Amino acid sequence: MKNKRWIVYAAFSLVLLTSPAVLNRYWIDVLNVVGLYVMLSLSLNIILGHCGMFHMGHAAFYAVGAYTTAILNTVYAIPVLWLMPLSGLLAGLFALVIARPIIHLRGDYLLIVTIGFVEIVRIALINNVFGITGGANGIFGIDRPTIFGMKISTPGQFFYLIWFFVAVTIYLLRKLEHSRFGRALNYIREDDVAAAGSGIDISHYKLIAFVIGAVWAGFCGTLFAAKMTIIAPESFNFWESVLLFMIVLLGGRGSIAGVILGTFLVIGLPELFRQFATARMLVFGAVMIIMMIFRPEGILPPPPRTYRLDRTAEPEEAA
Amino acid sequence: MTLLHLENLTKRFGGLIAVNDVSFDVAEGTIVGLIGPNGAGKTTVFNLITGNYRADSGKIVFDGRLINNLPTHKIVSLGIARTFQTIRLFHKLTALENVLAGCHCRMKSGSVAAMFQPPWQRAEEKKALDKAMGELRFVNLETQAMNLAENLSYGNQRLLEVARALATEPRLIILDEPAGGMNDQETAQLIDTIRQIQARGVTVLLIEHDMSLVMKACEKIVVLENGAKIAEGTPPEIKANRRVIEAYLGTDEE
Repeated sequence: MKNKRWIVYAAFSLVLLTSPAVLNRYWIDVLNVVGLYVMLSLSLNIILGHCGMFHMGHAAFYAVGAYTTAILNTVYAIPVLWLMPLSGLLAGLFALVIARPIIHLRGDYLLIVTIGFVEIVRIALINNVFGITGGANGIFGIDRPTIFGMKISTPGQFFYLIWFFVAVTIYLLRKLEHSRFGRALNYIREDDVAAAGSGIDISHYKLIAFVIGAVWAGFCGTLFAAKMTIIAPESFNFWESVLLFMIVLLGGRGSIAGVILGTFLVIGLPELFRQFATARMLVFGAVMIIMMIFRPEGILPPPPRTYRLDRTAEPEEAA
Repeated sequence: MTLLHLENLTKRFGGLIAVNDVSFDVAEGTIVGLIGPNGAGKTTVFNLITGNYRADSGKIVFDGRLINNLPTHKIVSLGIARTFQTIRLFHKLTALENVLAGCHCRMKSGSVAAMFQPPWQRAEEKKALDKAMGELRFVNLETQAMNLAENLSYGNQRLLEVARALATEPRLIILDEPAGGMNDQETAQLIDTIRQIQARGVTVLLIEHDMSLVMKACEKIVVLENGAKIAEGTPPEIKANRRVIEAYLGTDEE
């Protein structure tokens, strides 16, 4: 059964990687958007999926990353890809500062506060906070990224850039899942009293989960700014956060494969049915209701971690 | 030597005094039972010791150190582990992972080490895995390692909680009604397990309603009624104590 999964993953990767050869620019661009959302949803998955914190303000961290890149690139002409670590770092710091006082809030209370945060960030951006965000018009003229002197500008080139980062994300986050850290988040999600009773510092882990998720969202912000070359506050509104939230719940909390599938369904599928665009919300709403009733754990819930129990072997990574 | 020392411990919930001026000692290496009618405040005492509640007044001293205001996870890492009266396992995770939760506080690797997995992190994981399997074997659940905790029988879920607590390498283990929901045979085995825990050098403090277990396993018994301590002594002393008999059976005044 494990092998079957791997065959599916390999086939999917192969089809995806060769798809730019047959798709037109429009559809490649759709895949680029999906790639960005996969990365963003995976970063939210740490917070919402693994740790079980109802965080509906993820676009705020995405915005911090994107604006950091945009401002430093347009003002100081620093190459955009060099700004990726810094964007992640600043988004993480921002998360640390805002999450510290609210980290003990549970469920719906945390949800409300995080919704507040994403709105505050958006409104601050519109009002040209510190005079550097460009107000409602945003920031334009962001450079294209260059790799070894090659300028990335066509959708096809962006496809490989974005999906390369998606692949790195999947690799690292999978390792994270299969570790003491990943387990600790799951213990907290399952029962925080029992987790504390087992010696886990709940607030610490919740905070770190928030920061890691934010750092990754900051990375995504850099890619987004580089891809669009123009960013505006409306790209980081509450609805974006809701979409990400929905992707994780629909796909399967704590499941990388589930989140990827969820992204294709929520972001990719509506592109296929453009003519029904007005009915989109109706369909989303109905699907969410049906899912919550019949499959509350999501479409592809994570399989249990496996461990090698023959004592001579290393603990296994797999499935 | 006294391992745990409670002194004039008091806890109020609004107007209710749940624990009223309770003092007792737990000597290292012993098995001590805490009994009393329902609502006597036994579990509240446990929650105070493990830091789930804050005491309004009084002292809790563990191994010479005041632990009153420490958070639960600190208390666990100092060496006090517990099980819960209403089973609190991580139901959607495997039995093995439940025990690995206990190993957590004796491990070091964080998020960055997890992503890059240097050799020391892998070695630590393997050590934890061995330890967790060892504890599962200790409670005879090694064949259940890969089953989800929620699929275990009730008695086995209680044992799994014990294994998880033992994985924290405690010096004192606090068992809240470990025999709850167990049949006679399972209870007999549990007494055996509790003695083995003691043989490992771990001190045991337990709440139990099953008097046969308490009388057989405990060296010392503390009796609570309405939040206050009414008796303390060896099993024969407690059996003969008039106040205890009244508390359990009621007086014949009416």
